[in-house]
Amino acid sequence: MSQCVECGADLTLHDDLEAGEIVDCTTCGAELEVVDVEPPVLDRAPELEEDWGE
Amino acid sequence: MILKLGLLYSRIRRDEKLLLDELRERGHDVEKIDVRDQRFDVAAGGEVFADLDLVVDRCLATSRSLYATRFCEAYGVPVVNGNETAEVCADKAKNSLALAAAGVPTPETTVAFTKESALEAIESFGYPCVLKPVVGSWGRLMAKIDSRDAAEAILEHKATLGHYEHKVFYVQEFVEKPGRDIRVLATDGEPVAAMVRSSDHWLTNAAKGAETAEFELDAEAKALVEKASDAVGGGLLGVDLMETGDSYTVHEVNHTVEFKALNDAVDADVPAAVVDWLEAKAGEPADEDAPEVTA
Repeated sequence: MSQCVECGADLTLHDDLEAGEIVDCTTCGAELEVVDVEPPVLDRAPELEEDWGE
Repeated sequence: MILKLGLLYSRIRRDEKLLLDELRERGHDVEKIDVRDQRFDVAAGGEVFADLDLVVDRCLATSRSLYATRFCEAYGVPVVNGNETAEVCADKAKNSLALAAAGVPTPETTVAFTKESALEAIESFGYPCVLKPVVGSWGRLMAKIDSRDAAEAILEHKATLGHYEHKVFYVQEFVEKPGRDIRVLATDGEPVAAMVRSSDHWLTNAAKGAETAEFELDAEAKALVEKASDAVGGGLLGVDLMETGDSYTVHEVNHTVEFKALNDAVDADVPAAVVDWLEAKAGEPADEDAPEVTA
């Protein structure tokens, strides 16, 4: 069990977590980045940039 | 053959997870390289790049993708997609020029640098026409312009608020497509799978919620995909086509292509096909004729 760094809500994370993955907090909607997986460490995800994605 | 493969990333999307799962299932040794942690020394690559058979660029940010691939090539590490392909695909103006030069049908396009010349271009196209940023994706900041009033307002906003790249005005004819466009994932011009993206909105990006369905490519579309891929230097590419009556026009080729929506829409195992291609790519001899990178 991890906690949302934005609102403190408990988060249930899935098993195949990857560092660099983004998970959503189902309580406050914040986008969180998985910084580490063992144990899971979460941080606020970086803001969307204009040159992201294809 | 077990590969030692580097995956450049700054965000692991479902696309990267699909790739990682497939690579690991096959026993390949995958080094995830978060580009945010790297320092790219101009003299030599750090340890992380040593002994890699192949680097796969999956950077989410175009700017990072362009520099990281350039550095990989300078370090002598094979990278897909290569920097030449990235440079052409990252910029819509360069992309359009490459397609036109190769004789690939592509929408009529004009680039202008000032509000005044851009307005002239828009007026010459007539309404509606389309104004796009030269860099950007997921359908962001795309404008369908229906009137001179709208054109003046949008140009004023872009000139005032935008990054300097938004003062490069990319004006394009509005293609009357049948409510959908076609995304083809191709490896060096060979289609892996294709889908149509349908929407009531004029933008049909999967990222904007368009509905997707598998699409069977005909011979003409396959030939155009191959030609478009060659035009930008080849690689793992997303080729976007629109239907124009009984033919097609290719509006762009994407170089760090997302494929999760495609994988959901088609029968083909997209990540497996991509990894098949990566394995073949890693086994290819180095290109002796490749220009030396002196960046």
